[in-house]
Amino acid sequence: MGVDNPLGENIVTTSLDSLVNWARKSSIWPMTFGLACCAIEMMATGAAKHDLDRFGIIFRASPRQADCIIIAGTVTKKMLPVIKVVYEQMPEPKWVVAMGACACSGGIFDTYSVVQGIDEALPVDVYIPGCPPRPEALLFGLLKLQDKIMKERNSFGSSIGLGERLEPAA
Amino acid sequence: MAENNRAVVKLKERFAESVLDCKEFRGEVTVTVKKEKILEVLKCLKEDLRYNFLTDVTAVDYLGQDPRFMVVYNLYSIPNKDRIRIKAPVTEADCSIDSATALWNTANWLERECFDLMGIKFLNHPNLVRIMMTDDWVGHPLRKDYPLQGPDREPYKGRLS
Repeated sequence: MGVDNPLGENIVTTSLDSLVNWARKSSIWPMTFGLACCAIEMMATGAAKHDLDRFGIIFRASPRQADCIIIAGTVTKKMLPVIKVVYEQMPEPKWVVAMGACACSGGIFDTYSVVQGIDEALPVDVYIPGCPPRPEALLFGLLKLQDKIMKERNSFGSSIGLGERLEPAA
Repeated sequence: MAENNRAVVKLKERFAESVLDCKEFRGEVTVTVKKEKILEVLKCLKEDLRYNFLTDVTAVDYLGQDPRFMVVYNLYSIPNKDRIRIKAPVTEADCSIDSATALWNTANWLERECFDLMGIKFLNHPNLVRIMMTDDWVGHPLRKDYPLQGPDREPYKGRLS
């Protein structure tokens, strides 16, 4: 090649952000929070035809071992403290995906017992509309989450005290 | 046709002054009974007429009428494969009725649901607390005068266009 390789041919240089973000986006382990019908579509997405495992997404049952929580289904006011406890048990870095119309905004249930969107209580990163969203839509949403993770900057530096973690707004 | 129903005939001869009405619609028999003797009526149906399966306890809110509520017991007879419905009117002022947990254990949760959503108290119930709403909820949501969006949100304004 015409490019000078001073370190040798088997050494690649990159930025720490690229490496860390690539590692995080390629192995998002969601905590399954399937509450209602969207859970079935989430299961379908994890099943054979629309495989989630090929993106490195393994569903973990325990919040302590998960880094993403996919709120799939209607959130009732009775369930809200449970969701908050589970979210607080997840270690940083963590992301929230609101799947389906009910998690995004209450859906068709404009009633006394339904929380009108999980963003009343949790900071949502990706909203996936649909009732229920097709498996392809959930996959697109998770790929968008991967893009969002790739755009983060200085997450490693902020954890050791040098500067702020910069997250993209969109 | 309801008058020929074995259960209705027997109820009428035993509790003549408690049976207020009996109706039949497409094969479904409904007997309206006064709420004071409801336990004896249900006991007679369960033991003598073998309607041994209590499938549901619900209530209907007729807002504007007196009596306001109607507690409905749906019974099914497993040996005879027959259904019957018993209704008991309950006024808003004295919003209570005897609990059927002495006869059927399933009435425990069914009556808790009825109490939680409609506000009808069941006397002699072992544990009459809310079952569907959160424990600190105020109000009974399925009553006709309860706002659909809940007391703290604006009511839906309908089609805005």
